[in-house]
Amino acid sequence: MGVLKASGKLWSNLFHKPATEAYPAAPREYPSASRGHLEFDPSDCILCNICGKKCPTGAIRADKASRTVTIDRMDCIQCSYCADSCPKSCLSMAPGYTAPDSTKTVDTFTVPEREKPAEKKAE
Amino acid sequence: MGKRTIVPFGPQHPALPEPVHLDLELDGETVVRAVPSIGYVHRGLEKLVETRDYQQMTYIMERVCGICSMGHGYGYVNAVEGLMGVEVPDRAKVLRVVFHELSRVHSHLLWLGLLADGMGFDSLFMQCWRIREKVLDVFETVTGGRVIVSYCRIGGVACDLTPEHISMILKVCDEVEKEMDWVRRVFFLDSSVRNRLIGVGQISKDEMVELCGVGPTARGSGVDNDARSADEAYQALGFEPILYDEGDCYARCKVRVDEVSQSIELIRKALGDLPEGEWRVPVKGNPPAGQFAFRVEQPRGEAYYYVKGNGTKFLDRARVRTPTNINIPTMTRMLQGCGMQDVSMIIITIDPCISCTER
Repeated sequence: MGVLKASGKLWSNLFHKPATEAYPAAPREYPSASRGHLEFDPSDCILCNICGKKCPTGAIRADKASRTVTIDRMDCIQCSYCADSCPKSCLSMAPGYTAPDSTKTVDTFTVPEREKPAEKKAE
Repeated sequence: MGKRTIVPFGPQHPALPEPVHLDLELDGETVVRAVPSIGYVHRGLEKLVETRDYQQMTYIMERVCGICSMGHGYGYVNAVEGLMGVEVPDRAKVLRVVFHELSRVHSHLLWLGLLADGMGFDSLFMQCWRIREKVLDVFETVTGGRVIVSYCRIGGVACDLTPEHISMILKVCDEVEKEMDWVRRVFFLDSSVRNRLIGVGQISKDEMVELCGVGPTARGSGVDNDARSADEAYQALGFEPILYDEGDCYARCKVRVDEVSQSIELIRKALGDLPEGEWRVPVKGNPPAGQFAFRVEQPRGEAYYYVKGNGTKFLDRARVRTPTNINIPTMTRMLQGCGMQDVSMIIITIDPCISCTER
């Protein structure tokens, strides 16, 4: 019973460095597993749109006709379901959050045409 | 009887962390009646089962609430697994318990901070939240999310724990336990906390049973209804609920302080005896026609998950009964007869989560 039960800790705070970091002057270090944002590598993409079918919010879509993959950053909830489902491992979660913006933007990626493997000639 | 005044309280109020509105009928400065109204943050998440399959709903259900995210994932995947007859590996069951208890530690520390903030004890509020950050760092390192941990999956868990993860969790448990000695001393012994909480918002055990109160709110009145007692994974760890009989704000505070230490002990026991083997089994096919219900003890109290399948990948129904929804009648009962100055304290001690309640 008594007053000032918290005082010991409060006095010790005067002689310790702050519990917080001076962000943004001291940049935040994210753990490697952090689900900050979705990254897309178009080099292996086969435009199967499994990511689009799995996404709970409809934030990602692969369009075969225009050979594009669009990611609506404002709709993405960083659940990583698309990254877990991608058969070619083109999608991955990366640390660090997307930068704040004053307008809603949709990222569009063009998937390059790949040369078809040469047909084997019948011997 | 003097002239009665109706004072609107919330949904935006400096002493209230959640968007609930109350019409307080006052006689002088004494509350005669409190009429709650909710519906400010309804999002219609349960209706999404009509257009999202049962796997996608795992991610949606985890977002019913930020603080009880792990509890909602735990409840939903257990309900769907029960419906589909999926046998979850023992290792996954224990890993779920570890993360569920870690989420209880962070939720209770958040609440202790909010309680301290509500009574104007700001340094205590900041210390509680500083301790909580350690748990959030564990979540981010292991699962990738600081608050929405997204750890439960139908058939197991999202990832296994490496030896480095286990040593990090045990280290954080040691640190939090050490810090909790100071937190306990301040909450239990400091006269400014005791004067603010003892005898405030008293509710008897019989009234609590009559109003079906759940969680630490009910356990502060001596009602033993902890859903963990019926969970096999917790029974294996020798779980015993923490009960206090006083039924006032101080008892509800003591239950939560003790539960933080209890959760740390449960985590240590679980990690000390972690079964080897698989941590996730593949789940194929659709949920069959039928229904299943599952009780889960979230940090705020018992949540009840009900799912109904129809043989397709879409569930017919996914219903959540959240703890705050049940505790609102107990809160209005506690408010009857209290002074206007105690209203915010009483509301905070049921640990209201209106985001859960309205879904």
